[in-house]
Amino acid sequence: MANDPISQFKIQTLFPIEVGGMDFSFTNSSLFMVATVAAASAFLIFSTSGRGLVPSRVQSVSEMAYEFVAGMLRSSAGTEGMRFFPLVFSLFMFVLVANLFGMFPYFFTVTSHIIVTFALAMLVFLTVTIYGIMKHGTKFFHLFAPSGVPPVLLLIVAPIEVVSFLSRPISLSVRLFANMLAGHITLKVFAGFIVSMSAAGGVGIVGAILPLSMTVAITALEFLVSFLQAYVFTVLTCMYLNDALHPSH
Amino acid sequence: MAGNAEHNTELGIPAEEHGAGFPPFDATTYSSQLLWLAITFGFFYWIMKNVAVPRIAGILEDRRDRIAGDLGEANRLKDETDAAIAAYEQALAEARNKAHGIASDTRAKLKADQEARREKAEADIAEKLKAAEAHIAGIKTEALSQIGDIAGDTTSALVEQLMGKAPTKTDLTKALKSAMN
Repeated sequence: MANDPISQFKIQTLFPIEVGGMDFSFTNSSLFMVATVAAASAFLIFSTSGRGLVPSRVQSVSEMAYEFVAGMLRSSAGTEGMRFFPLVFSLFMFVLVANLFGMFPYFFTVTSHIIVTFALAMLVFLTVTIYGIMKHGTKFFHLFAPSGVPPVLLLIVAPIEVVSFLSRPISLSVRLFANMLAGHITLKVFAGFIVSMSAAGGVGIVGAILPLSMTVAITALEFLVSFLQAYVFTVLTCMYLNDALHPSH
Repeated sequence: MAGNAEHNTELGIPAEEHGAGFPPFDATTYSSQLLWLAITFGFFYWIMKNVAVPRIAGILEDRRDRIAGDLGEANRLKDETDAAIAAYEQALAEARNKAHGIASDTRAKLKADQEARREKAEADIAEKLKAAEAHIAGIKTEALSQIGDIAGDTTSALVEQLMGKAPTKTDLTKALKSAMN
């Protein structure tokens, strides 16, 4: 059913691959992951191939992306945070380009699947935890006991801190996933109204102007959300990395 | 897709709410998505870490260095210019002082010269004046001495015409003396 707002998220196998009873097929999702990586890498590499002292337009776009992420990371995690720059920059570019690719009609949105966003969030979570413990040892757990809190209150504060720390990958992944999913469903539903109303003819065609204008407005909003969610994902990553670098607040 | 409902219940997600085929909760696709995400994102990370990020960082650093260098060069040139301006100002002030000195010297010299000439001229004039006065005095006394003779002659001539005979010299002198006083 073409009007089904859910069908756009369906995974379709393009090349079936099965190893040891597990399905590793190359699907439309895989295709768009490859496309995302190819487009982002190609843009970043070709736009900077001139290494212009005075940047060309495309080069300044790449530089802006770099400076944007670097500024974010530096302001929340300090200069030591720059060691994680390649990771943070990759996350930002991957999520941003994947989100924007989702805005093309008939394109698959990689980030509209919880497993993908959860995997990225777990990557951040594990990086923070493993690096924090490796660098600070048990001092890393001071994260759960903020300094200046009276010992009695610590009994309440520490469990809250632990829960909020453990729920980070969930909130991080669900935020991105839900935003992309909901946005695309809304867009599809309103677009579906246009088709079904204009099929009624006469008054329906005139009435269809309303969902049409809504679709246009939501499309613009979705472009904003695509960028904003990539930004939010990255900024939270930076803040979590700051915990790994400076656990004692 | 027959096994979807089964997988969703395993995850604890109410499958009936979304229907059996809500794709994001279809766990059968997870293995494939995770593998391909790992491959693509891993490759992307590798490219970013080894190619894109060092390159952009290099470009930005080059630019920063270049700007810092240019600013340094500009500062150096500015300092040089300032020094040149100061030297020029100093030379100008010196020249002005020198010119001033020359002017005042010249003025004093000219003034002294003029004064000397004026004094000399005044002395000359005074001398000439004195000579002229002496000359005039000489002429005057001479003229005055001659006036007596002329008057005597004239008087004797007039008396002769009137009385038929010339007066005596003593009478004449006596008469003249009384007339002229």
